[in-house]
Amino acid sequence: MIATVMFYLLGAVALGATGLAIIQRNPVYAVIYLVKSIFALALIFYLLGAPLVAALQVIVYAGAIMVLFLFVIMMLEVTPTNASTRSAPGWVQWAPVLLLALTLVTLTLVLIGLDPVTSEGIPRWHATPRDFGYALFKEYALAVKIISFQLSFAAVGAFHVGMTERRRAQLEDQS
Amino acid sequence: MIVPLEHLLILATLLFAMGLGCVLVRRNLIMILIGVEIMINAVGLVLIGASAFWQQVDGQIMVLILMAITAAEVAIGLALVVYLHQQKKSIDVGIFDEMRG
Repeated sequence: MIATVMFYLLGAVALGATGLAIIQRNPVYAVIYLVKSIFALALIFYLLGAPLVAALQVIVYAGAIMVLFLFVIMMLEVTPTNASTRSAPGWVQWAPVLLLALTLVTLTLVLIGLDPVTSEGIPRWHATPRDFGYALFKEYALAVKIISFQLSFAAVGAFHVGMTERRRAQLEDQS
Repeated sequence: MIVPLEHLLILATLLFAMGLGCVLVRRNLIMILIGVEIMINAVGLVLIGASAFWQQVDGQIMVLILMAITAAEVAIGLALVVYLHQQKKSIDVGIFDEMRG
């Protein structure tokens, strides 16, 4: 029962954060709002019986991919740099951020505080890491291999595209 | 299932539509990549929902594969953004209107 209420609240948080993310002028703010949306989605994943995927969602998406976005945005310095001329953020800027963050933190604390014995906080059906790992490395072993190939191709491709002309000339001189 | 599957699909559709709108409307290359991320997240939500609906673990493995694909896509995409920024000193999509060759 409480999980159903939490699902709708988290869905509202995800929609609100995503909506705010896509209308931001500054990509840094958009990434931060998207992180909030990803946290809400991770909690929804947990409620739907996917605890491991929920953890990976936070670790991989929020921890790696979004940080890569922030890194590239800050490296390119394309964001408007007239921040010093702007006034300090007022209530209009603070209100949505605080509302979304407080909802997320409250729901997480409620989820932690639920009594696991009555199995109210634990989804009725959930994939244990054991089931997950067994299915992943037994039935989907080929997919894991293909994905690892693909990740190494992506690393090589990113390295090739990101190489500057000067570095390319250096490499050609050496060979 | 804690909620009807339809409600979950509605939530995922709304998220997907937001991501699609972001890709189509925004002119900043990084915002376009963020829109793609939002769409991929919506697809992941559908897969997790289907996994819970049929009580099979397969959907969750699809989400794991989706995450790996997203990581690869973002690595290449952001490398391309850096390359294009080196070429034209801008990441507005309107500027990239010519091809070599």
